[in-house]
Amino acid sequence: MSKRITIDPITRLEGHGKIEIFLDDNGDVDRAILQIPELRGFEQFAVGRPAEEMPRITPRICGVCPTAHHMASTKAVDDLWHVKPPPTAKKIRELIYNSFQFEDHTLHFFFLGGPDFVVGPNVPKAERNILGVIGKVGLEIGGQVIKIRRLTREIINYLGGKIIHPVCGLPGGVSKGLDEEHRVEFLGWAKETVEFAQFALKIFNDVVLQNKEYVDIVVGDAYQIKTYYMGMVTPDNKVEFYDGDIRVVDPDGKEFAKFKAREYLDHISEHVEPWTYIKFPFLKNVGWKGFEEGKDSGVFRVAPLARLNAADGMQSPLAQEHYEKMFEVLGGRPSHHTLAFHWARLIEALQAAETMVQLLEDKDITNTHIRNIPTKTPDEGFGVVEAPRGTLFHHYKTDEKGIITEANLIVATLNNAAAINMSIEKAAKSFIKGGKVDDGLLNMVEMGFRPYDPCHACGTHCLPGDMPLEINIYDRAGELVKQLKR
Amino acid sequence: MSSENFDPTLIGFLCTWCSYTGADLAGTARMTYSPNIRIIRVMCSGRVDPQFVIKAFKEGADGILISGCHPGDCHYKEGNYKALRRHRLLRKMLEQFGIEKERLRLEWVSAAEGAKFQNVCDEFTEQIKELGPLNIMKGDINEYREA
Amino acid sequence: MSTEKPKVAFYWCASCGGCEEAVIDLAEDILKVTAAVDIVFWPVAMDFKKTDVEAMEDGSIAVSFINGAVRNSEQEEMVNLLRRKSGLVVAFGSCSHLGGIPGLANFWNRKTIFNSSYHTSPSTDNPEGTIPQEKHIMEDGKELTLPRFYDTVYTLDQVIDVDYYLPGCAPPKHLIMTAITAILEGKLPSKGAVLSPNKSLCDDCGRNDSKPEKLAIKAVKRPWEVEMDNEKCFLAQGIICMGPATRSGCEERCILGNMPCRGCFGPTDQVYDQGAKFLGAFASLLDSDDEEEIEKIVNTIVDPAGTFYRFSLPSSILRRKRMETVK
Ligand code: SF4
Ligand code: SF4
Ligand code: SF4
Ligand code: FES
Repeated sequence: MSKRITIDPITRLEGHGKIEIFLDDNGDVDRAILQIPELRGFEQFAVGRPAEEMPRITPRICGVCPTAHHMASTKAVDDLWHVKPPPTAKKIRELIYNSFQFEDHTLHFFFLGGPDFVVGPNVPKAERNILGVIGKVGLEIGGQVIKIRRLTREIINYLGGKIIHPVCGLPGGVSKGLDEEHRVEFLGWAKETVEFAQFALKIFNDVVLQNKEYVDIVVGDAYQIKTYYMGMVTPDNKVEFYDGDIRVVDPDGKEFAKFKAREYLDHISEHVEPWTYIKFPFLKNVGWKGFEEGKDSGVFRVAPLARLNAADGMQSPLAQEHYEKMFEVLGGRPSHHTLAFHWARLIEALQAAETMVQLLEDKDITNTHIRNIPTKTPDEGFGVVEAPRGTLFHHYKTDEKGIITEANLIVATLNNAAAINMSIEKAAKSFIKGGKVDDGLLNMVEMGFRPYDPCHACGTHCLPGDMPLEINIYDRAGELVKQLKR
Repeated sequence: MSSENFDPTLIGFLCTWCSYTGADLAGTARMTYSPNIRIIRVMCSGRVDPQFVIKAFKEGADGILISGCHPGDCHYKEGNYKALRRHRLLRKMLEQFGIEKERLRLEWVSAAEGAKFQNVCDEFTEQIKELGPLNIMKGDINEYREA
Repeated sequence: MSTEKPKVAFYWCASCGGCEEAVIDLAEDILKVTAAVDIVFWPVAMDFKKTDVEAMEDGSIAVSFINGAVRNSEQEEMVNLLRRKSGLVVAFGSCSHLGGIPGLANFWNRKTIFNSSYHTSPSTDNPEGTIPQEKHIMEDGKELTLPRFYDTVYTLDQVIDVDYYLPGCAPPKHLIMTAITAILEGKLPSKGAVLSPNKSLCDDCGRNDSKPEKLAIKAVKRPWEVEMDNEKCFLAQGIICMGPATRSGCEERCILGNMPCRGCFGPTDQVYDQGAKFLGAFASLLDSDDEEEIEKIVNTIVDPAGTFYRFSLPSSILRRKRMETVK
C-alpha cells in the first residue's frame, strides 16, 4: 500500500511551497518533503553588473529581509575592494542592522509566531492573529506594537534611504551620516525599544512559562530534532549579528568549527534534489546523509535558537540574564526544542535594542567621516551577516574593474531547509499511524515550522507566518479520501 | 539561413542636408547601390533617437546605418557630434543584448559624396550578410511554452 | 450602486515580498482600507484558495492588485484567472509594471540559470548532476511536479490586459493610498495610466537647482570611486542618475539617502523605452567631439544595459538578450 498526502500551504497553482508526505506499507510515514516551486537566479544575472550595485540589487531577493541582503552585500564589496569602513560608518551600519533585527523579530513574535502562544494554540484561527493578540493583551499595547515597529523602521528609512530595499551601503562606508538632532531623537526611540523588548519577554513569561501545558509542548518530543547549530559570534563567543566569525557547535554543544566568511566553502556545501528548486546546505566536513538527525548527519540549523546555542552568551547585560534563564528552563545548552526559537528570538530582540542604545549614546556616531574611498584592485569578496532567519553568505568575484564574474549566495532560510523538512516529518510521524490521520497534524505541522520563520521569499516568495494549510490525503489510486483545511 | 540566400533588411537614417542629398545624387547619377537599404530621412543625425534604432532592430532590421554631415558641417552645428556619442554608447549597450556592434554603423556622407554612399551601402550589405540574420524574437509569452 | 462593499484581491507572482510589506506598512491606514472594501483573496494574509476564486462569478472582483513579474507557468495561469474574475487589474510595483530587478534575468535563459544554480556554483555539491524536474517520479512511482520555469521574465501586461499601474520598488505609501482612494471614489484616470505624476524625477528633485545650464561630463564616476556631495545633482558630479528618464512620485527616496536614482518608477508617458531614452539624453552630455576621447568616456560606463534598464528590461522594446547569443 502506498499513500500520499499533500499539504499545500496555498494550493499548487498559487505556488509557495508544498508539503508531500509518503506512507509506507503499514500506513506509517516513510518520508516528508517540502517542495519550493520557484527560482529566480540572482547569482546568474549578477554577472556583468558593477559590484558596487550589488547592495542595491540583491535586496530584491527578499522584501522581508532586504536589510540583511543589503548588509551582507555591502560587507562583501568592502572585502572585494580591500577597504575598511571608518568606525562611524561601521556604527551606522550596526545601528541600521540592529534596528532591523529588533523590528523583524518583534514583528514575528506579535504578528506571526507569537499568536500561537499569546492567544493560545487551540483557539479558532480567526483569533490567532495580531487582532487576537491585541484582544488578549489590551488595545493600548497593540497600539504600542504598531508604534514601535514604525519608529524602528523610520530609523532604517532615514539612514538607508528606503525601508524596503535600503540604498546606503557602499564599499568602504555609507552614503549618509547621522546628525546630532537625529541622534538624540533616535536615542529616545531606542530606549523605548529596550522597554518594549523586556515587555515582550514578560508576556512570554506570563503567558507561556507560567502555563505548564505550554511548557510541556515546548519541551515535548514532537518538537525536538538534534542537529548542529551555526551562528555568528564576537571574539569572546557572544551572539553577534553584523560582524564576527561563524561558529558551529555539534548536537552535544561542543565547538565543531569556527571560521571566517572567506572560509565558508571549506565548511558548507549544498545538496540538490530533483523535486524542489531550492538546495539544501549541509556541513561539508560531516557530509550529506539525507534528512537525518544526529552527529553523523551534516544537517545544521541557523536563526535565533541556533545562534544562542552556538554562542556562550549575549553581548548585553539584560539579554544575558534572559539567556541564562532560558537554558536553565530548557535543561541546558544546546537546546533542540524547535519551539524555543520563539523565546530566543525575543532575547535577541532585547540584545538588538540594548545595542541600539549603546550605539546612539556614543557621540562618535555623528562623526562626518563615513567613507574610505577604495584604492586597491577588486578581486574577490565575502560578506556574511546574521539575518533574522539565519546566517547569510554573499560571495562575489570580479574582474579588475569590479564587474561581477561570479556570484554565490547562501541564503538564511535555506540553511534551515533540511531541518524544516525533518521537523515536518517528525510531526507527521507523531500523528499519522497505520494510515490514520489525526486532525492535530495540521496544527502540529504548522507549529513545527513556524518557529523557523521560513521566509521563502528568499528562494521563492512566501511571507513567513500564517500560511493557510491544506492537507490532502490520497489513497493508492490517487483518490482524495480526506481533506483537512485550515 | 545561409549567408548566400540571406537578403538582409537594412535601414538608413539619413540627415536631410548632407547624407540624404548624397544618396539622392547616387540615385540620379544612376550609381546602383544595394537595394536592401530602406531610407528614412531625418532632419539631422542628431535627431536619431536611440529608441528608433532599437525599434527598427526589433521590427526586423538586420543592420542600421546612421549617416550625417561631416564633422563641422552639421546644419545644426552639434547634431552629428551628438550622433557620434550616442552611436558609441548605443553600440556598446547593444552588444549586451547580443546585437553585434557592426550592425549599427555611423558614416559621414556629404551632399557631394554619392559614390561614397554607394560604397558604404554595398559594403554594409556584405558585412551584414556575413553576420547573418538578427532574428530578434518578439518575446511574447507564447514563444516559450513550447521552447 | 449597491451597498455591498467592493471586492478586492491581492496577488504576488515572481516577487520579493516587498510589495506586500508596502501594504502592511500602511499601518493604521490599512484599517481604513479594510473598512471600505472586502478582501476576498490575499494568499499572504488570508485563507482563501484558488478554488474560491474559480468559484466566483467572472468580473465579480472589483479590483485585483498584482505584484511581481511573471516567470513560470503557474503564475501565468493564476493571473489569467484573476483577470477573468476582475473588473480592474492594477499592476502593483516595478516587477509587475516593468519586470523589475528579477527581470535582469532576461540577459540569460533557463539553461544558464539552472547551470549556475545547480552545477557551477562553488558551494553546490551535485556529483550526479541532478537538476529540478517539472515531473519527478519518486521511488514508489508517485509523481511530483514543479511549475515550468520560462526562459524569459514578463511584465504583467505582456501576459494579461492591465488597467492601471502603481510604480515603484516598492510603491510608496502615499501613492498606494491615493490609488485606493481614487478607485473607491471612482475617480480614475483613463485606462492604462500610471498612477503617479507624469513628469520626470528631476522636476521634483531638490538637487535640480544645482544642475548647471549645460551639463558636460568628462568622465563617468561610479558611486564607489568618489565622495558624493549630498546637495549637488549627481549628473553634475559625473555620476549616473536615472532621474531625467524616470517618472516622479517616489519622493526622491534614494536621492535623500544620498544615492543616485536607478529608475524604479519607470519612464513618463511620452517614453516607451526607458533605457534607450536615458541613453540618448546621457550620451548627449558627454563632453567631447573627438572620437577617441568619446570612446574613452564611453569605456567608463561599465554596464549601460544593466544600469539603464535596471528595473525595466522586460518592458523594453527588445525585452531580453537575443536568445541565440546567451551563453
Ligand atoms: S517591485 Fe520591488 S518590492 Fe515589489 S516585488 Fe518587485 S522587487 Fe519586491
Ligand atoms: S539627475 Fe538625479 S540628482 Fe540630478 S536633478 Fe535629476 S534626479 Fe536630481
Ligand atoms: S530615486 Fe529612483 S530608484 Fe530611488 S525610489 Fe525613486 S524612482 Fe526609484
Ligand atoms: S544636419 Fe546633417 S548631421 Fe546635423
